[in-house]
Amino acid sequence: MADQALLSNDAVLVGAADPLPQDALTPAREAARERVETLGLPGRRDEYWRFTRPDAFLAPDAPAVPLPEGDGILFAEVDRLKLVFVDGRFDASASDALELDGVEIAPLSEAPWAASLYGSLEGRAHIPVPRPFAALNTAAAVEGLAIHVTGKVSRPIHILHRSSDGTADALWHHVIRVEPGAEATILETGIAGARQNAVIEADIAEGGRLHMIAAKRAGVPELSLGHLFARVAEGGTLKSFELALDGRVMRRETVVEMAGDDAVVHVAGASYGRDKGFHHDDTIFISHAGLRGESRQVFKKVLQGGATGVFQGKILVKPGAQKTDGYQISQALLLDDGSQFLAKPELEIHADDVKCSHGSTTGALDETALFYLRSRGVPRPRAVVLMVLSFLAAALEEIEDEALRTQVADRLDEALTEGLNDGGAA
Amino acid sequence: MAEAAMALDDTDLEVREGVDAQTVATVQNMGAYKYGWDTDIEMEFAPKGVNEDIVRLISERNDEPEWMTEWRLTALRRWQDMAEPKWALLNYPAIDYQDQYYYARPKSMAERPKSLDDVDPKLLATYEKLGIPLKEQEILAGVEGAGAVPAEGRKVAVDAVFDSVSLGTTFKDELAKAGVIFCSISEAIREHPELVKKYLGSVVPQSDNYFATLNSAVFSDGSFVYIPPNTRCPMELSTYFRINAENTGQFERTLIIADKGSYVSYLEGCTAPKRDTAQLHAAVVEIVILEDAEVKYSTVQNWFPGDEEGRGGIYNFVTKRADCREARAKVMWTQVETGSAITWKYPSCILRGDESQGEFYSIAITNNRQQADTGTKMIHLGKNTRSRIVSKGISAGQAQNTYRGLVTMHPKATDSRNYTQCDSLLIGDQCGAHTVPYIEVKNMSSRVEHEATTSKVDEDQLFYCRARGVGEEEAVALVVNGFCREVLQALPMEFAMEAQSLVAISLEGSVG
Repeated sequence: MADQALLSNDAVLVGAADPLPQDALTPAREAARERVETLGLPGRRDEYWRFTRPDAFLAPDAPAVPLPEGDGILFAEVDRLKLVFVDGRFDASASDALELDGVEIAPLSEAPWAASLYGSLEGRAHIPVPRPFAALNTAAAVEGLAIHVTGKVSRPIHILHRSSDGTADALWHHVIRVEPGAEATILETGIAGARQNAVIEADIAEGGRLHMIAAKRAGVPELSLGHLFARVAEGGTLKSFELALDGRVMRRETVVEMAGDDAVVHVAGASYGRDKGFHHDDTIFISHAGLRGESRQVFKKVLQGGATGVFQGKILVKPGAQKTDGYQISQALLLDDGSQFLAKPELEIHADDVKCSHGSTTGALDETALFYLRSRGVPRPRAVVLMVLSFLAAALEEIEDEALRTQVADRLDEALTEGLNDGGAA
Repeated sequence: MAEAAMALDDTDLEVREGVDAQTVATVQNMGAYKYGWDTDIEMEFAPKGVNEDIVRLISERNDEPEWMTEWRLTALRRWQDMAEPKWALLNYPAIDYQDQYYYARPKSMAERPKSLDDVDPKLLATYEKLGIPLKEQEILAGVEGAGAVPAEGRKVAVDAVFDSVSLGTTFKDELAKAGVIFCSISEAIREHPELVKKYLGSVVPQSDNYFATLNSAVFSDGSFVYIPPNTRCPMELSTYFRINAENTGQFERTLIIADKGSYVSYLEGCTAPKRDTAQLHAAVVEIVILEDAEVKYSTVQNWFPGDEEGRGGIYNFVTKRADCREARAKVMWTQVETGSAITWKYPSCILRGDESQGEFYSIAITNNRQQADTGTKMIHLGKNTRSRIVSKGISAGQAQNTYRGLVTMHPKATDSRNYTQCDSLLIGDQCGAHTVPYIEVKNMSSRVEHEATTSKVDEDQLFYCRARGVGEEEAVALVVNGFCREVLQALPMEFAMEAQSLVAISLEGSVG
C-alpha cells in the first residue's frame, strides 16, 4: 500500500497548494506525509470501511455540485462573528474583523502557536485503526484557522463556506485550543466545493468548554470527509452536533480522548437523506482514560428513497477509568424499502466499576401513532413530519443553547416538510 | 460456601460492592479444572504436520471413497492459499500448523470394534470417569445432579469421540426403529454416502473460512444425524468430545439433517487433560433444517482453559452454522462456554425459509488469561423471519471476553424481527468485556433492536423488591436469578444441571 507517489496522485483530492509553503508547520506536515506512506490508503476490503466505500474520495475527479442561491438561512439571524471561506480558503475581506473578547483567531499560517497542536492529536489517532485521510490532510493543509479561546466568548464563531463554482476540491485544517475555564461555540455551515477533506483538532484544557455545531445544506450533493480530533482535560466539556440534510457520500469521524477526570463529551447528529445518492456515515471513537467520565453518543437518521445511513460508534474504557458513564444510541427510521441502515455500535471495556450501555434500533414509522394523529385532524403529510421530528428530538436535545437548537429544529422541519411532500412517504 | 469464603480470603482481589462472594469464588474455582487427568493408553499417530499425504492417510484410515478424498484435497489446496484471520480481539502466539498431530487413534481401535462391547475397557472407563458412561441406561447417570431429575424414560444416545476417532454410539437399534440415523460421520460416509454427498459442505462450504477449510481437509470423525420426515427423535442425542493425546489437534465434523416436520435435541460436551502446551481444536457443525422441522443444539464447552499463567489450554476455533432452508424451520443454539484458552466461535443461523426462526442463547465465562471472542450471525433472507439473541459474558482475572455478532435483514426479508441483548459483567479491574455487533437493515418493515449493558443490578427492580419488604441481598438474588435463567432454561434438563454447577454464579452487577 505504501506508495511514494501517493500524495502527488491524490493532490486532486487534497487540493493542496503546490509547492507547500515552508513555515512553522512544515515539520508536522512532513511527519504526516510519512504517516500516510506507512498507513496506505483504505481499500474496499478494509473492515473499517466496511459500510462506506472510500472510492469516491480517491477518484481523480468529483462531480460538480449545483450551487443554491445565497448562504442558507441557518444561523443567519444569530449574533455571531462571521468568518468566510471560499473554496476552502479564508477570505478576510468577506469576513468580520478578527476581534472578539476572549478569543484570538488567526489564519493557520499567521499563528505560530498552532505548530504545537497541528497534527499532534491526529498523529496519535491511528490506533486501533488507521485514518490515513486525516494524515493526508495534515500533510497538505495550508488553509484553516487557529482559534485560541482564552475566556468566555460572548458570541458564536460562525465559519461559513462558499464555493466559487461548485467544482473545486477543498481542504482545510483548524486547530482550536481552549484554555482552562474558557468557553466558546463554533458553528460551521455552507458549501465548500464538490469534495472536501476537513480536519479539526481541539485541545480542551481543565474546565474548558467547547460547543460545535456543523450543518450540511439540503440538496447539495457534496462529497465530504471530516475528522474531529479532540482531547478533553479534567473537568472539560465537548459538545458536538451535526445536521446533515442530503449530500452524497459523507463520512465524519469523531475521535475524542477523555484524558482527564470528570470530563464530559456529548457527540450527536441528526440526518435526513432522501435519495439513493445519500450515504451518511458517522464514525465515532471515544476513549475514557480519566475517572468519572461521562460520554454520550446520540445519532438519529431518517432515510428515504434508497438513502443509506451508517453508524460506527465505539466507547473504549481504558484500564483504571473507573466510574465511567458511557451511553450510546443509534436509531434509524426507514421511510421506504430500499433505504438501509448499517450499524456497528461497539463497546470495549477494561474497567469493572462502570456503567456503559448502547442501543440500536431500526424500524418504520408507527402506523398506529400516525392513525392517532390523523384521526385528530392532522393531515397525513404534517403528521409524518411531526413524528419524524419527535424521533429526531433526542439528538437535537444535545445542543445546549436553546436559541441555536430552535434554529436547527426549524431548519429540519422545513427540509422534512419539503422532502416528505415530494417523497413517497407522504 | 465455606470453601468459597476461604477461596475469597486467599486473594487480594478487590471486589466492588454488589458482586457477592459466591460469584467471585465460583468463577475463581473454575481454575480447579476437574477433567484435567489423562488416560494412559497406547496411541498411534500420523506423522506431524498437514500436507497431501496426511489428508490421504486420514481418508484411507476412514475407508473413504475417492470423492471424499478429493473433497478433502480441494479444501487443503484452498487452505494453503488462505491467511489466518486476525480481526478477532484475541491475542495468542502464532500457531505452527506443521508442529501438530492431525490424527491420533488408540491402538486398540485399529480394528474397528463391532459394538461398544468390543471397545477397550480403558477407553470406556475414561468416559465413565467423565460421567458419561457408554451404557444404554435410562438417564445420563454421571451428570451431576441428574439423579434429581425424574427418570421418566429420559434417554440420551451418545457418540463418544476420543481424539481422532469415534468409539461408537449408543441406542443405535432403538433409534433405527424410528428411522433416525445416528452414527459417526466416518461411518455415514461409508453407509449413507448419498446423504453425506448431498448435504456435506452445503451449509459451511469447503473453503468458508480459514479454520473451516482446515477442518474440511483433515477432519477425522464427528457425528452424523438424520431425522426422517415427521419424526420426533425418541431421545436426546449427544456427542462427547475428549482430547487425550498431547500435541494433537482435534478436528471433528458434525452434520445434522432434520427432514420436514422433524424434531431433535442435540447435546455436545467436551473436555481435555491439563497440558503445558496449547492444543488446537477446529470443528465444523452443519445443520440443515427443512420445512417445519426444529433443531435444538446445546453445548457445554469445558475444554482445558490453560493454567493461571495462561500456559496450555485448547485453542478453540469453531464454525457452527444452521440453515433453516425451508418455511417455518426453527433452530435454537444454546451454549455455555467456560473452557478453552482461546474461543473463536459464532454459531449462526441462515433464515432462508419464510417464517423461519433462529435463537441464540449464550453464557461465556472467562477467567485467568482466557480469551473468548464469540457470538452469532442471524442472516434474515426469508419473509417474516424471527431471531433472538441473548448473550451474557462474564470476565474475571486477566481475561478478555468479546461478544461479536451480525444481524442482517436482506431487502426481501420483509416483516422480520430481531431482538438482541448482550450483558457483561467484569470481576476485577484487570479484565475486559467487549461488544462488537454489526447491524444491517435493508428493508423498512423489519424491526431490529439491540441493547447491551455493562452495569449494576437494575435499580428500579431492586427498589420494587425492597419496597415490598425483600432484603437487599435477596432482592439482588431474585433479579439475578431471573436474568440468568433466560439462558439456563434454554438448555435441556441434563445440561442445565451441569451448566448450573459450572455457572452457579449470581450475575450481580451485570443486570441493566
